Amino acid sequence: MSTATSTENKELAPVSTESLAALLVAKERPPRPGSLSTSLTFGWRAILKIKHVPEQLFDVTAFPIMNLLMFTYLFGGALAGSPRDYIQFVLPGILVMSVVMITMYTGVSVNVDIEKGVFDRFRSLPIWRPSAMIGYLLGDALRYTIASVVMLSVGLLLGYRPDGGIGGVVAGIALLLVFSFAFSWIWTMFGLMLRTEKSVMSVSMMVIFPLTFLSNVFVDPKTMPGWLQAFVNNSPVTHLASAVRGLMAGDWPADEIAWTLGWSAAFVLVFGPVTMRLYNRK
Amino acid sequence: MSTQTSGLAIETAGLVKTFGETRAVDGVDLAVPAGTVYGVLGPNGAGKTTTVKMLATLLRPDGGEAHVFGHDIVREADEVRGRVSLTGQYASVDEDLTGTENLVLLGRLLGHRKPAARTRAAQLLEAFGLTEAAGKQVKHYSGGMRRRIDIAASILSTPDLLFLDEPTTGLDPRSRNQVWDIVRAVVAQGTTVLLTTQYLDEADQLASRIAVIDRGKVIAEGTKGELKASVGAGSVHLRLRDPERREEAVRILRDLLTAEVQLEPDPVALTARLGVAASDTAADQAARALGELARAGITVDNFSLGQPSLDEVFLALTGHDTGQGTGPETKDEVAA
Repeated sequence: MSTATSTENKELAPVSTESLAALLVAKERPPRPGSLSTSLTFGWRAILKIKHVPEQLFDVTAFPIMNLLMFTYLFGGALAGSPRDYIQFVLPGILVMSVVMITMYTGVSVNVDIEKGVFDRFRSLPIWRPSAMIGYLLGDALRYTIASVVMLSVGLLLGYRPDGGIGGVVAGIALLLVFSFAFSWIWTMFGLMLRTEKSVMSVSMMVIFPLTFLSNVFVDPKTMPGWLQAFVNNSPVTHLASAVRGLMAGDWPADEIAWTLGWSAAFVLVFGPVTMRLYNRK
Repeated sequence: MSTQTSGLAIETAGLVKTFGETRAVDGVDLAVPAGTVYGVLGPNGAGKTTTVKMLATLLRPDGGEAHVFGHDIVREADEVRGRVSLTGQYASVDEDLTGTENLVLLGRLLGHRKPAARTRAAQLLEAFGLTEAAGKQVKHYSGGMRRRIDIAASILSTPDLLFLDEPTTGLDPRSRNQVWDIVRAVVAQGTTVLLTTQYLDEADQLASRIAVIDRGKVIAEGTKGELKASVGAGSVHLRLRDPERREEAVRILRDLLTAEVQLEPDPVALTARLGVAASDTAADQAARALGELARAGITVDNFSLGQPSLDEVFLALTGHDTGQGTGPETKDEVAA
C-alpha cells in the first residue's frame, strides 16, 4: 500500500491544455477493428490481469495437484491394485474433471467485473458485441493450459506414461480446451444472470459437482445402477473423458471425439446467444 | 464532420425509463446544440445518469425516442457508438490495469494499431500530467488522477459527443478546476459535451444551456441567463458602517425597490432581492438604492451586485432545495 499513499500525496503535474488541444485536433479515426482483433484485445486484457494478480493462478495449479494426489492415492489401491496402475487410467479423467471444474471461475469473474464502470465504456464502443466475453474465455484458455501442463508434469513424476506420446497428449489437451471454451458459455450466462458473486458460486457448484462426478472419470460405469448408467453414458463429461483418455493412450476414439465436439457446438449455440442477450440488457 | 458546425447533437422526445414501479426518467425532452457544453442539473436520483446511459446506448428506453447526430439510439445504436464517448460516474477504466495499459487497450479496441495506440496513450498521459503514474495500476491513483485517466480514455479518438456524468463529484476544489479546464479544452475543439452535475456552480461555470431535472422530468430549460431571470434579476448585498441604522435602511429599500430584503447574520449586512422589471436593470435599481441611502445619511461601506445563484433557481423551480447541502455557506467554501 506504500505506492498508494505516495501517489495520493504527491502534487499532480498540471494538465497541459495546449498539448491536449493539439491531440484533439487530430480527428482522423482508424477503421473499425474486426471481431477477431477485438476478441484478441480483450484476451490480452485477461492476460494483463493475470500478470498483475498472479495469485489467481493458485486455483489452476494447487487445486489440480491436490485432486490428482488425493484421488490417485485414495482410490488407487482399492480400484486398480496400486496407485501406479490406477494413474494410467485416472489421470486423463482427473485432468478433464479439474479443468472443467476450474471453468466455473469464469462466471464469478464476469459477475464481479460486469458491475464495474469500465463495462459501461466497453459496451458503448462500436465493436463486435461478443468480443468482451470471448476475451475472458481466451484468457481462461491460458489458465486451462497451465493447469493441464502442471497436472501432466506431476502425473509423469508419479509414473503416468501416456502411450500416445507427445502428439496424443497435445491432441487430448486441445480437445479439452475446445470443450472448456464452449462449456464456459454456461458460466458467462450465470455470471450475467445472477446478482451476486456468492449466488454464482453456489449455482455453479450445483451444476459442476454432479456433472463431473457422475461420469466415467473414476470408474467404469458398468457397476452403476441402470438409471445412473443412462445419465453417465450420455454425459458430455464422460464423452470428453473417454476421448481424452483414448487420445493420450494413442488411440483415435472417433465416436467420442465427435460426441465431444457435438456437445461443444451445442453449448455455444444455446448459451452463447443467451449470454449475449443478457449482456446487451445489463 | 459537418454535423459539428450546425444542428443538434442530441434530440429526445418523451424519453422514458422505468425500473419496476419507479419512473426514473419520465418523459424527457432535450435539444442539445452541437459544439456546446450542455448542463443537466439535478439532485441525486433525479434521472441524470439513467438519461445519459440511454443516450450512450447502454440502456434501452421504455418509451419516447432519441437521436444522436440524427441517428436513432435504438435502431442505429452502432452508429451512435461510433460518435460518442462516455465517462461514467464511477471509474470507467479498468482499475487492475495501469494507466498506459488502459489507454492502449481502448486504443486497440477503437482500431488503432499497436504502435499508434502506444503513441497516442503516451501523448495523452503527457498532456494530462500522468506520465509519472503511467506504469501504476489505476487503483492506486488519487481521485483527481482517476478523473483525468477517465477523461483521457474518452478522448482517445476525439469523439463528436462526450458524456461526462458528474465529472467532479468527490473531487477537491483544485482537481475540480483542472477538470473544468479539460472540459473547456475539449469543447473548444468542436466536441459537444453533455455534462451532468449536482453542483450548481459547475453548470454555471461550464454550460451554455442548462436543463434542470427533478424526479425524471425536465422542469426548466434554457440559457443560464434565462433560468436566472425566471427567478428575479439578482440581488444587492450591502454592508453598512453603523449597525444601528440597518432597520432604517431595510425600510428605505423595501419602499424604493419593492424588493424582498433579508437581514444577514452579520449585524451590518443585508441583501435585497431585486424583482424583474423590463425598464429597470438590476444595476439601475441598485444605483437608485445607493442614492437614496446616501440622501438619508446612511454610510455604505461595501456594496455588491449578485446574479441569482442556481440554488435559488432550483428552489424557485421545485419548491424544495437540492437536498445536497449546497446551500450558500458550503457553496462559498467550494468557490474559495
